[in-house]
Amino acid sequence: MTTLDSSKEIQKNNSEVNETHQDFRMFGLITFLIADGMTFAGFFAAYLTYKAVNPLPDGAIYELELPIPTLNTILLLVSSATFHKAGKALLKDKNSDSQKWLFFTAFLGIIFLICQLFEYFHLPFGLTDNLFASTFYALTGFHGLHVTLGTLMILIIAWQSRINGGRLTSQNMFPLEAVELYWHFVDGIWVILFIILYLL
Amino acid sequence: MTISIDPQKTNNESLQPKGWLRYLSFSLDHKVIGIQYLVCGFVFYLIGGTLASAIRIELASPMSDFMPRDVYNQVLTLHGTIMIFLWIVPVVNGAFGNYLIPFYVGARDMAFPRLNAVAFWLIPPSGLMLVASYFVEGAAQAGWTAYPPLSITTPQSGQIIWILSVLLLGGSSIFGGINFIATIIKLRRPGLKLMQLPMYCWAMLGTSLLVVLSTPVLAGTLILLSFDIIANTGFFNPVLGGNVVVYQHLFWFYSHPAVYIMVLPAFGLVSEILPVHARKPLFGYTTMVFSIMGIVVLGLVVWAHHMFTSGTPPWMRLFFTIATAFIAVPTGIKFFNWVATLWGGKISINSAMLFSCGFIINFVFGGITGVALAQVPFDIHVHDTYFVVAHFHYIVYGGTVFIIFSSIYHWFPKVTGKMLNEKLGILHFIITFIGFNLCFAPQHWLGLNGMPRRVAEYDPQFQFVNQISSLGALLMAVSTIPFLINVFLSVRNGKDAGDNPWNALTPEWLTSSPPPVENWEGEAPLVEEPYGYGKEISEQK
Repeated sequence: MTTLDSSKEIQKNNSEVNETHQDFRMFGLITFLIADGMTFAGFFAAYLTYKAVNPLPDGAIYELELPIPTLNTILLLVSSATFHKAGKALLKDKNSDSQKWLFFTAFLGIIFLICQLFEYFHLPFGLTDNLFASTFYALTGFHGLHVTLGTLMILIIAWQSRINGGRLTSQNMFPLEAVELYWHFVDGIWVILFIILYLL
Repeated sequence: MTISIDPQKTNNESLQPKGWLRYLSFSLDHKVIGIQYLVCGFVFYLIGGTLASAIRIELASPMSDFMPRDVYNQVLTLHGTIMIFLWIVPVVNGAFGNYLIPFYVGARDMAFPRLNAVAFWLIPPSGLMLVASYFVEGAAQAGWTAYPPLSITTPQSGQIIWILSVLLLGGSSIFGGINFIATIIKLRRPGLKLMQLPMYCWAMLGTSLLVVLSTPVLAGTLILLSFDIIANTGFFNPVLGGNVVVYQHLFWFYSHPAVYIMVLPAFGLVSEILPVHARKPLFGYTTMVFSIMGIVVLGLVVWAHHMFTSGTPPWMRLFFTIATAFIAVPTGIKFFNWVATLWGGKISINSAMLFSCGFIINFVFGGITGVALAQVPFDIHVHDTYFVVAHFHYIVYGGTVFIIFSSIYHWFPKVTGKMLNEKLGILHFIITFIGFNLCFAPQHWLGLNGMPRRVAEYDPQFQFVNQISSLGALLMAVSTIPFLINVFLSVRNGKDAGDNPWNALTPEWLTSSPPPVENWEGEAPLVEEPYGYGKEISEQK
């Protein structure tokens, strides 16, 4: 009845239409990411306002240790590069290389989450201690949720890029491109978050 | 470029429901989804209207004798939330947008049909959840704005259900917005230029930009608010060091654009209706486009005019007063254009035209009080009084709801192939117009004299004027009766409409009524002059 219904047929029959079709899925995804970015913008705006106008109670700790988040920044930046490698490999029809890079990217994502949890357990404040603590957990937690979803999606496309029967091939790159764009977006947000929350 | 593929007959077509049952299915047809939005919205309009009647009955006497005060608070919260999030936003965007936009861009469906169906089916469950919250320890009591600390201190379950429901509705709205932007920008028929699109497309493009940019901020804010309620954090709780004004900023960053999300599509719809029934081209197409985009940009930077009494610093008051006054300029341009469209036209006085003219009158009045409210000294005087209630209802009821009815009268023949009864339609208009003005005009006076809003009891000196207002509300409630009778009678045995009863030129009238699945038998027509009335037109098809 509609294009999406018959998308598999179209992929086989009409590569030209398939091209334009991919195009607007990407367009839709970019629009969605702009919307998602606005959610973060709202959180950042709230955080910066609190920082400017709401003094913390005496003795509140709001200095953060830098080593773990710096490691996390490096992890995410490297994972962006490895994801890019996966795309390049798939484009050259090297599916097994692509799959290896994808698993490596997912692995980096998982390490990121483990480091984040490690940081949570060793922080001197909890969720409800003061305004800074609450905002810190809300921002990093919301970002962590994005990383979790991204990692799951990477694992899914890694499974789909298997050599026998995988639907992710150099002819059907969209799932990989979409997740890649999402992953770069999550990395970009982390860099902003790192600067605003840890460095400022 | 467009979907020029032969409509693939899917193997399971025999499993698809036929007839009216498809309106209860997960249909991917944009026309079915449009009608689903409209009917679902109208059901919630009846619920919200019943709640409004309950409010006006309560206010017919100065004491709270019809219902207890906390129930009154729940009723006004549900009334506001239902009318905004479940009636006006879904209908004026979702219903007409889904039905008309694919025709206008010359496509066979929306860009993402499945996402479209998901966006619709988020609405009924969240609406039911919201209504049902009344029966579980009572619904939310903090008004549709849910300002903390009120929303933190009132009973929790109702407020949390309210938040969940608004989050789902916001998600639905964002999915819809993404779909509209992709459809208008990417799915246009080859050869159709942006500046040849009917005005409703521009209005929906502007609205969808606002939806995509501002709704996520509301979602984030409500998530923080729910943390305050459930997890005892202190984002917006002054007792725990939080800041209530931050909530107001974030909330109004969405909810002021939300007013434009409710009213810009109505501007687009009226621009479609007036030229058809006045037999004249739409006056000033280009200025219309630029004023819509001007409203979109300005609409994002005026939110703090809702907060002049929240300790806003003077520079902020100055900035937001000026920005708000500026937004009257593009709006004014549009009104002059509509009046100029009517000027010297061959106007047919029918229900669609009457409701559109009613819209122009009411909205100008609401616009003038809006400019007045933007001025800080005046706003401080009438803040949180019935003056604001009157202004707001002149915009959303006198403006948008009038256009919803006008559009129903205009497009009913296209959707069903049957004409609506004009006599009942005009009766509907007269009762609505008188009832509406009788209900809300006196509230300006009440507000200026200091009657606060959202309170079940009031000073007995206001009783007489409140009773006039309640009488108007009664008329508004009565006005739905001829409308419902009209719709039910006309669907069953209305006069046959033919494909193009209004001799209109926009693309949706160039196919059969009701339109077939995939919209056109052959290729989509290229309409280069959607408003070319009174001109020699080269073959449209």
